[in-house]
Amino acid sequence: MANYATNEFKNGLKVMVDNDPCSMIDVDMVKPGKGQAFTRVKLRNLISGRVVERTYKSGESLPGADVMDTDMQYLYNDGEFWYFMHPETFEQVAADAAAVGDQHKWLKEQDMCEVTTWNERPIAVTTPNFVELRITETDPGLKGDTAQGGIKPATLETGAVVRVPLFIETDEMIKVDTRSGEYVGRVKS
Amino acid sequence: MTEQVTDWQPTATLAALRQRAELLARLRRYFSGQGVLEVETPLLSSAGIPDPHIPSFTTMPGPDGEASRYLNTSPEFAMKRLLAAGAGPIFQVCKAFRRGEQGKYHNPEFTLLEWYRPGFDHLRLMDDVDVLVRHLAEGHRLLGRSEKLSYRTCFQRYLEIDPFKADVSMLKSCARTQGLEEVAGLSDADRDTWLDLLMSHCIQPHLGKEGPMFVYDYPASQAALARIRSAEPPVAERFELFIDGIELANGFHELQDAHEQRERFEADLVRRQVEKLEPVVLDERLLKALTVGLPACAGVALGLDRLQLVLTDCSHIRDALAFSYERS
Repeated sequence: MANYATNEFKNGLKVMVDNDPCSMIDVDMVKPGKGQAFTRVKLRNLISGRVVERTYKSGESLPGADVMDTDMQYLYNDGEFWYFMHPETFEQVAADAAAVGDQHKWLKEQDMCEVTTWNERPIAVTTPNFVELRITETDPGLKGDTAQGGIKPATLETGAVVRVPLFIETDEMIKVDTRSGEYVGRVKS
Repeated sequence: MTEQVTDWQPTATLAALRQRAELLARLRRYFSGQGVLEVETPLLSSAGIPDPHIPSFTTMPGPDGEASRYLNTSPEFAMKRLLAAGAGPIFQVCKAFRRGEQGKYHNPEFTLLEWYRPGFDHLRLMDDVDVLVRHLAEGHRLLGRSEKLSYRTCFQRYLEIDPFKADVSMLKSCARTQGLEEVAGLSDADRDTWLDLLMSHCIQPHLGKEGPMFVYDYPASQAALARIRSAEPPVAERFELFIDGIELANGFHELQDAHEQRERFEADLVRRQVEKLEPVVLDERLLKALTVGLPACAGVALGLDRLQLVLTDCSHIRDALAFSYERS
């Protein structure tokens, strides 16, 4: 990978810091009118998710991180790894629980999602902002209860539990916002 | 098909452009009332500034062997030649150019207000700056009481160290306690850079929160073009102005000694060589003017874009520029 000098730093640049791949989320120059220029950077560690702040003397450089975001199809989970396939090359990668994090609850076989790899190793999985999933279990809907008020839990085919209105029934498809984990609406079949 | 251009519009609001015009009119009235002459000096110069921390833009060499030229990083050399020629008190509003300086408070092309007062020292010039800034602030922002702190007191107040006595290991441990553990590329040899780091990261954000803050009497090693007063320890008769933690102005009780000026330039050239920077053509005309005689004077450069930011409550320098660098 190339090295990036401070004057090439910008938001979104992926670099290696403390042996971990990081993404720049804020870059600013600190420079006295007379005196040394520094570049201050906020970095998100792509492995731990932690944000650190670092200062570099101008002219210094950081090694780039071989980080790629690729749209892949989720295949299956074997109890230990989640397997994803590149839709064109059919190449497969296996992501461990640390990489998948809590996204596993929105992963449905055949669905597409974004897999972030570092040196070809998956380090993060990002599901689309909205997914459509079938309800496998929820209390029966109450007759006459329409859009008004009440909320109940519903278990989805991926195992996730979301809060849905009372009129939603088992086997219905619903749309969920994966960022908040909230019910968005019914999917008309 | 033409490419889709989406950023043709100004980065400043039209209201900000009117504010700028009004600031310019007001400062011109101020200086005119004080008998300070407005001058213009070249933006393209055959000589450059050797300070390794101030990177210049240069033009391409022309056909027919025409040498490349430097875009001025500040009008100070030319203005000193006018002073040596007997111009008396002078001011200038001009563009200055510094390659690579880009950020929230930096634009590689920016507007400087620079002025010189014969007979003033740096302390008296601070008062002059204070009066002008307050005058320009009227109707925009109510500024609190101004304060003046020596560089030394500043470090003692905010970091509890003496910048003139602390050695590099003390400066480093101070940076560590301030949460600046890792600063890539900083060597132990460069004491002034450690001072710059502490000043810019740990002290400056606190300066000028209440009202304008003047910091004066810098370490002799950071004299730039200021004269050095022999004291124990010797200090550079230099000051800076801060409001809201933003550096707005830098002024000097100007060095008059041509010989000492040449020595500082040559030391800068050596530092450039060490840091593998391009050599710079020294301004022999400035050195000649100093030899003939620069009147005792103090001079200051004030960043007008930044001043407009702090007076009008904007947060990014592009808000004070018709078109920021990205759109120029």
